[in-house]
Amino acid sequence: MKICTVLKQVPDAEASIRTAGDRVDLTGVTFVMDGMDEYGVEEAIRLREAGHQAEIFTLALGPKRFEEAIRTSLALGSDRAIHIETTDVLDVVTQARVLAAAVRQEGADLVLVGGKQADWDSSAFGPALAEALGWPHLDWTTRLAITGTAVEATHDTDAGTETVRFSLPAVITTQQGLNEPRYPTLPNIMKAKRKELRKAVPADYQAPAPLTQVGGEVIQVKARLNKLFTGEAVETAAQLVGALRDEAKVI
Amino acid sequence: MILLVPEHVAGKLRPSARELVAAARTLSALGECQALLLGPGASAAAVELAAFGVTAHHCEDAGYEPFKADVWTSAVAAAATQIGAKAVIVPATRGGLSYGPRVAVRLNAGLLEDVIEVETDGTTVGAKRFSYLSRVTESVRSAGLPVVISVKVNVLAPAEPSGTPGSVSAIVLPIDPATQRIEIVSQSKASTGGVALDEATIVVTGGRGVGSPEGFTRLVEPLAGCLNAAVGATRAVVDAGWRPYSDQVGQTGKSVAPNVYVALAVSGAVQHLSGMNRSKVIVAINKDKDAPIFKVADYGIVGDVNEVVPELLKVLGKQ
Repeated sequence: MKICTVLKQVPDAEASIRTAGDRVDLTGVTFVMDGMDEYGVEEAIRLREAGHQAEIFTLALGPKRFEEAIRTSLALGSDRAIHIETTDVLDVVTQARVLAAAVRQEGADLVLVGGKQADWDSSAFGPALAEALGWPHLDWTTRLAITGTAVEATHDTDAGTETVRFSLPAVITTQQGLNEPRYPTLPNIMKAKRKELRKAVPADYQAPAPLTQVGGEVIQVKARLNKLFTGEAVETAAQLVGALRDEAKVI
Repeated sequence: MILLVPEHVAGKLRPSARELVAAARTLSALGECQALLLGPGASAAAVELAAFGVTAHHCEDAGYEPFKADVWTSAVAAAATQIGAKAVIVPATRGGLSYGPRVAVRLNAGLLEDVIEVETDGTTVGAKRFSYLSRVTESVRSAGLPVVISVKVNVLAPAEPSGTPGSVSAIVLPIDPATQRIEIVSQSKASTGGVALDEATIVVTGGRGVGSPEGFTRLVEPLAGCLNAAVGATRAVVDAGWRPYSDQVGQTGKSVAPNVYVALAVSGAVQHLSGMNRSKVIVAINKDKDAPIFKVADYGIVGDVNEVVPELLKVLGKQ
């Protein structure tokens, strides 16, 4: 079995975000592998540890700094990586076409990718990639069991949870609950430096013209009243209900 | 032409349907608005929707329920092609976010995902959406048409019915056996007490400080019930198994923007804030006066939820 794990490198969730002009300015920000993608890398490794004969490769599309997150995946247990390097911000449909071409070229039975990106707040990539490959997808996956090419998995829906069965190949989007990602060990970090990290560019995969473009970014955090009530519960409860009813007029 | 794909529950439109109509009205330069309603009850939902001046097509085929992304992708893409849609508008629910991107790839359309605002100049569509854990609002524009738009639920002002009802008709969209790739083995419902988390006007969320699953039964659920609110939970709570993952609000859970968000014993990690920081009014109750949640709160009580919530229930009960 060949498992492809797709990842992004994103600002650390604790990093404060600022803008320069009408764009987010990421200068000086600490970057990490997207937490949602970590579950995918971990799951790939666990499948192999559970006895699946699996080659694991990492695929990433983004600027040079992504190398760091790619190296982390190699240190965790991915066998090799392909970094499609670009500073262009490609829309999700275009990304899906580029990465689908790469997945086809490398061959894979299973693609694992995070359920929602911490930078673009987007959950579209997994489904879009699956469509570009002509495969089924399962999103928000919290449990995955594979026997041969048969998959049984559980995922979240709007109404609750759902257990499903399907056959590989497939794209699975990962999230919290699926597993508990490990940390890379120092010896493995050293070993990862010798693993193959191949560079490519979107044009190698016939990147089509973009379908959407970001025109501006503004930080928009609503000003809050910050009214604090302190004291006895019986008083503060009455003050709060009064404020919600008479001032905010929301109850 | 614009194609709307509203959701309904057994023939009753979900509230987000009127928000989709509102989005479509701002895009009227792209043409007349038509809607596709799928699954058992679709014809009743179509009649309800037609009151908004929308031409409503329905397909009652039982194969559209329960939701399967492959099945819906094929139906929506086929209907969009049939009517020559320049924009396909779906709700940004788990379903819409799942098949929307697939429809965009199939139609080679730009995807405008989870948008809070939308406009058109007739040849492109512009939208606003959140990014960077909801701290940034980005403007995004399509290079051309068609586009697929998923509209964030509970944000746009719901459309009012229009004077002239649209027509209602059945549409035949047979289910292609090739789309039956995923077999549903079982389903379980979340415990939000009937109010859907992303559609709720009020959300009451409990954090780890609630103490136990019993804390949810004793404090969070009664307060939610009293306010006709949905119950939410933080990551720590769902990780501990006190609530199902589907109740989770935050980066890895649901992103909500209700009129009132009540955070009970929630500390306010940035990952949690990203799922609720666009709420209209935020209320926090926490015994730690330095909890980060107070920085985003409009109203806060520094106090123990075990003491404050019973008092709140008494006051609210008297109203």
